[in-house]
Amino acid sequence: MLSRRNPQLNAHGELIHLLSIEGLPKAVLTQILDTAGTFLSVNDREVKKVPLLRGKSVFNLFFENSTRTRTTFEIAAKRLSADVINLDIARSSAAKGESLLDTIANLSAMHADMFVVRHGESGAPYLIAQHCAPHVHVVNAGDGRHAHPTQGLLDMYTIRHYKQDFSSLVVAIVGDIVHSRVARSDIHALSTLGAAEIRAVGPKTLVPGDLRDMGVRVCHDMAEGLRDADVVIMLRLQNERMSGAMLPSAAEFAKSYGLTPEKLALAKSDAIVMHPGPINRGVEIDSAVADGAHSVILPQVTFGIAVRMAVMSIIAGNEA
Amino acid sequence: MLQLDAEALYAELLGGVRGLLKPDSVLVGIWSGGAWLAERLHADLGRSGTAGVISSTLHRDDFGSRGMAAGTDATKLPFAIAGSHILLIDDVLYTGRTIRAVINELYDFGRPASVQLAVLVDRGGRELPIQAAFAAARVVLPASQKLTLARDAAGRFSFTVREQA
Repeated sequence: MLSRRNPQLNAHGELIHLLSIEGLPKAVLTQILDTAGTFLSVNDREVKKVPLLRGKSVFNLFFENSTRTRTTFEIAAKRLSADVINLDIARSSAAKGESLLDTIANLSAMHADMFVVRHGESGAPYLIAQHCAPHVHVVNAGDGRHAHPTQGLLDMYTIRHYKQDFSSLVVAIVGDIVHSRVARSDIHALSTLGAAEIRAVGPKTLVPGDLRDMGVRVCHDMAEGLRDADVVIMLRLQNERMSGAMLPSAAEFAKSYGLTPEKLALAKSDAIVMHPGPINRGVEIDSAVADGAHSVILPQVTFGIAVRMAVMSIIAGNEA
Repeated sequence: MLQLDAEALYAELLGGVRGLLKPDSVLVGIWSGGAWLAERLHADLGRSGTAGVISSTLHRDDFGSRGMAAGTDATKLPFAIAGSHILLIDDVLYTGRTIRAVINELYDFGRPASVQLAVLVDRGGRELPIQAAFAAARVVLPASQKLTLARDAAGRFSFTVREQA
């Protein structure tokens, strides 16, 4: 019989894996954000390290490329005093034909305590969580088009840092939403935390209408999407995931949906601009905006370390 | 069950802390009960600046079994630790494990010149070689009982003793 319990939670409702924001209760999200606040101040100490994961081994398994996410996970694990092992999976056993579960079994035999997994296939971290030993924890660092929960959480931390309360906020997510696991994680988190209005903004080919089923307002017109927004989250145009003619050209996209100072003026005067990175200057975002007064793109990166420390320390402290 | 008058003990603690303080000492309260005490002591002693708050969360030795404690009990030390005389304040001294964790936390901010401890109640039951320089009361409580300090809206302290499940 299939268990109906969320595989991320133990019988006490505590987080043991972080696989997706979807289905996590508000209290768990709030606990992660509150705990991240504690870790942010660790950066101000003479000793920028706490011993919570001392003696634990964290394996970074990146089946897909990443610089920022892998590095911030590594820094987060090291600040928690874990031993960090980075595996360049794309160029190792997987390339020789080893199955995902065989790779995991072998790494478990090396006494892994936590896997941080990025994979091109949606659901790969779930498969690992289902098959690893009970003491092993899994963090999804991005799976296919499905979810990127730590990015979603660091986005929520950033919004809460600048705007405090979600209940009155209009949040516009702009660009390539159909390919974006970040957008999906942000939408789930924003609905759970009670944002007043979530907008998905972009061309019909990149912003599917069925987002309305998630309680999202779909806007194919940029001006309508940005008007009076408190938060603007720009997404990267994911050329590598596109097949066929989804867009006439990047220049065409930039003209309609690229964020310029003129378009940003439609949002609230104290709006913040976010981007999960890496940014394509001149495509989805102008340099004047990316480097401008409304931009919180670099603070997002700093907050990301504290949020990942919070996630790793919370799941490591809970038993299956 | 044992009755403890927290307000009377606070008056004792105030006297004891006055005796321990050097001119350049700083008060650091252990979250949460100790932080309330340090805040009030700081005001009653007419000291400048604000008292520090320190949390044991990031150095607890029961992290493996208890996990991350919920709540936002972040350490706030609005002064330099290196070279300072630190007077730690807590409500109840028991096993000594919280104090061990807090001293580790303190060292993450620098090397203090000295660290002392003053508490409202020392209830015995130590599991580490740690002692208070001043305790307003010393009592013996069975391990099954939990002693908790509360602060009401007017800032007055009270103690409750409960049997633990």
